[in-house]
Amino acid sequence: MTGGLAATVVLNGLTLAALYFIVASGFSLIFGLMRTVNMAHGSLYMLGAYVGYAVFEPLYDQDVWYAWHVAILAGIASAALFGVLMQVTVLGWMQGQELRQALVTIGVSIIVADQLLAFFGGTSRQFFAPDAIFGSTEVPGVGRYPTFRLVQIGIAVAVGVALWLLLNKTKLGLMIRAGVDDRQMLAATGVNVPLVSLAVFALGAGLAGLGGVIGSTAQPLVQGVDARFLLTSLVVVIVGGMGSIAGTAIGAVLVGLAEQVGQAMFPTYSVILTFAIMAAVLAVRPQGILGRPA
Amino acid sequence: MNGNRIIPISLALLAIMAVLPAVLPPFFTGNILGRALVFGIIAMSLTFLATYGGFVSLAQMMIAGVAGYTVAVLVPGAAPSIVGGVPYALAIPLGLLAATAMGLLVGLIAVRTQGIYLLMITLALAVGVQLFIQANIAWFNGYEGIRNVVGPDVFGMPFRDTYVFYYVTLAVAAILYAFILYFVRTPFGLVLQGMRDNVRRVNALGYHAATHRVLAFGVAGFIAGCGGLLFTFYNIGISPGSIGLAATVNILIMAVIGGLGHPIGAFIGALIFVVFDTFAADLYDRDRFNTLIGAVFLIIVLVSPDGVLGLAKRLRTALRGKPAAVPAEAPR
Amino acid sequence: MDFRMDRRKLLLGAAGAGAVATTGLKLPAYAQNAPIRIGWLSTLEGPFATGGQDAWRCTQMILEENNNQAGGRRIEMVRESSNAQADVALARARKLVEQDNVDFMVGPLSGAEGIAVRDYSRTRPNQAFINGGSGAADTTLRNVSPNFFRFNMDGTQWMAGLGNYVRRVLNVQEVAVVAGDYAFPYAQVFGFSLEFCRAGGRATYLWSPLGTTDYSSIIARIPRTAGALVVIHGGSDGLAFMTQYAQAGGNLPLIGGSIMADQSMLSARGPHRRLMVGMVSGGPLADVNDDPRWVEFTNRYRQRWGREGFNSVSIHGYNYYVAMQGTLAALNAVRGDLSGNQQNFMRALAASDYTTPMGARMRLDHNRQAISDVFLNRIEERGGQAVTVAFERARDVNQTLGVPEAQFLGLGSPSRDNTGCIATS
Repeated sequence: MTGGLAATVVLNGLTLAALYFIVASGFSLIFGLMRTVNMAHGSLYMLGAYVGYAVFEPLYDQDVWYAWHVAILAGIASAALFGVLMQVTVLGWMQGQELRQALVTIGVSIIVADQLLAFFGGTSRQFFAPDAIFGSTEVPGVGRYPTFRLVQIGIAVAVGVALWLLLNKTKLGLMIRAGVDDRQMLAATGVNVPLVSLAVFALGAGLAGLGGVIGSTAQPLVQGVDARFLLTSLVVVIVGGMGSIAGTAIGAVLVGLAEQVGQAMFPTYSVILTFAIMAAVLAVRPQGILGRPA
Repeated sequence: MNGNRIIPISLALLAIMAVLPAVLPPFFTGNILGRALVFGIIAMSLTFLATYGGFVSLAQMMIAGVAGYTVAVLVPGAAPSIVGGVPYALAIPLGLLAATAMGLLVGLIAVRTQGIYLLMITLALAVGVQLFIQANIAWFNGYEGIRNVVGPDVFGMPFRDTYVFYYVTLAVAAILYAFILYFVRTPFGLVLQGMRDNVRRVNALGYHAATHRVLAFGVAGFIAGCGGLLFTFYNIGISPGSIGLAATVNILIMAVIGGLGHPIGAFIGALIFVVFDTFAADLYDRDRFNTLIGAVFLIIVLVSPDGVLGLAKRLRTALRGKPAAVPAEAPR
Repeated sequence: MDFRMDRRKLLLGAAGAGAVATTGLKLPAYAQNAPIRIGWLSTLEGPFATGGQDAWRCTQMILEENNNQAGGRRIEMVRESSNAQADVALARARKLVEQDNVDFMVGPLSGAEGIAVRDYSRTRPNQAFINGGSGAADTTLRNVSPNFFRFNMDGTQWMAGLGNYVRRVLNVQEVAVVAGDYAFPYAQVFGFSLEFCRAGGRATYLWSPLGTTDYSSIIARIPRTAGALVVIHGGSDGLAFMTQYAQAGGNLPLIGGSIMADQSMLSARGPHRRLMVGMVSGGPLADVNDDPRWVEFTNRYRQRWGREGFNSVSIHGYNYYVAMQGTLAALNAVRGDLSGNQQNFMRALAASDYTTPMGARMRLDHNRQAISDVFLNRIEERGGQAVTVAFERARDVNQTLGVPEAQFLGLGSPSRDNTGCIATS
């Protein structure tokens, strides 16, 4: 591989990792506090993307400049709302029954995927990013590079920083971290733990929705995208460690790089590299790179 | 389930299943009952691990597929012919061996994981293997899979014949079912159940929990392999689509709907699933089958986590007029 | 009177009646006024769902044209859907044939499915199986089935003339080929490479698995020496690739596969459309074609479906329409008589000779594979829409592209490692 190609591939991996981080961070957050494995995380991605697109299309047709931005807000809001709905109606009252929650979310994801198909049909969709960030930019050492992918990195960094600030500098973050350590003690200090859980679920789901709109600007929105991002989130947090934002970032970088390097060097089996890394991490450190021992 | 009654009930069911083909049209026998039995065997491997080991493994469909692919690669008449020429008498045991080995491998990789992590890891492994098979042309013919795997001749009759397929499948299902019921009473099986309840105590007693875990996965792999072979013969071939995420989730749905408390639940769940699948068009919109089965699955998990078996148990206690007591975890 | 005997008979009878009622078992339709039950299978789910939907639209069109009857008998369509996977297609086909008791079936749409249904057809020798649109090469070339009929050309045939055009007329020396790693693209790549490399061209092949969504590293590997980019993807993969290629500032002349330069792609909104104008492709149809039959057909399509359909008929819809044309013509020829193990009907199918809406002649060869015309087309912007415009036509293209069959078979099945790029020495 020439130097130029190598630099491009690494950049490809990092930009893809950015997208994976945005999506997986929500998954990791929900598990970290509530020990809920939300197998409907991919469905939240897809829901946010479709609702965002439904809002986007009429606005775009009217040549409104903020169509894409409104779509992002719509995506975040719809996913967060649905997440809260799930938590309130079904998940909240089976707190602690991890397997049952996983099964419930699997059931929800099947229904949501099918209903979205029924409602929106099988056509592929993709957002038009605002012209300012569509097209390519000159990147030293690489040449012309898609601007939007660079924007992905920016958004991911912003999300990471925001999450870090939230968890470490706010009262809510303090409660969340305390809850991760000892949920019952947190309740004993008078904190309304169910409400905090709702907030966390809304946040995690909203991140999935954000990922949905961003991801569907970079890649087409089709059936099956929910499974893809769920599995990717699973691998990212298995590798990086559950409940740790830094771990999710590391996991995302590893998975993103593995995918792109694999695609460049041995495209047929690139997916194996991802799973090989996962298997290796599991063999050596089952809780993930930065995860807490179970 | 009441331990004393399980043997006569099972035998009665077996008798009914053996006689049903006489009154049902061949399509019903082969494509509903037969298919339910095949899926049931694979789901039973999941139920076995869940009930007696406490592990929910989502890798069982993939392991079943490994057996199917092994046979498809080896036997004569397959299109395309990868290796070919290996008679069924040899290919079938090799397929079962491959499935068992894959089960052991999954057990090894996941040896230090529990509960929900195990579910996620087995899921990721299953998808990883499926994607590998889908990508590889030289050994597995990639996306199209391998076709024309017609199955062995049984006493001179082709496996494709509806009744041959049905009775062989019924026999295999019955034998594996009886094997599980016997196995869980052996010292190995009791240790396994002990691990499900309290790993530390089992370790303290001097048993090596990790070894038992891995071997249990191997046993489940063997069972899944049997189902996988029958599945391959039923479909006259195998392709990566049939061992992917959707198929994996379907097996989970079957096992949970039927009830994870006892191996018979796997067959109950499989039958319900197959019936819905076949008649969804008449009941509801054929295109919306997934919503329907997803809703049934969701309702079961919400209302009766032990599935149909749990419902039946509760109904029985309710009909008897006693308060529905939660039964203690007695050895089955 | 033995009471127990009566009760057992009653139970058995009830069970039997119940079973019959639930399976809808029907007596064989020997009576001339019994309807013809045709099973219909296409991908209404999965990556080619929109193609399958268009196939249904076109099937409905031809049925309406014929007052829902053929050979003096009413037609009943029994519809099933698949998702481009072989096993699912097989299960649905078996349901149509064994449970719904259709007289024969039409379908499937996708390559791998077609091979599975062809294998199944061999186990039902007394029923005709008519392909819907699946275009893998081997379906009618290797392990052929005597009762499987295909009224559309395969992926290799559809590329006839394109390789030569790119090398000789466009004067491109080297191309980069970006293609999906499964049967249909193999066939298309094979058809392109045979001509292009024999005419002295060089090609680099970049394969990606079906369902790849991020092509950035594939795009990075396109050699700088390439004079044109050949894109053989379908469905959402094609859309993803084109969008990402556009975002990466790609500007090579584009050559497209038959399902790339198609309304199923061009009707979808997205950044890809800008880039695809100017793309050259080959296939059985083009949106803009002077033949009055075609003008009438596409107008009828637009009037009938409006916004529900694409801007113009897609290749998938067209394939199914042509298949139904052949089916109905054969039914008319035998006056609806499917008796005698459908032998007369199958003979009529094999002897088909009619004109498609594109004005192309359609016949079947000795393997019951289509021989028809292939059009070279270019994507242009007309009236604010992207359309394919036919500019050249190859007549009577057969499955071996004019090469003697033994020699063609000797080249081997198209695959990732057998691209058909054999330079002449």
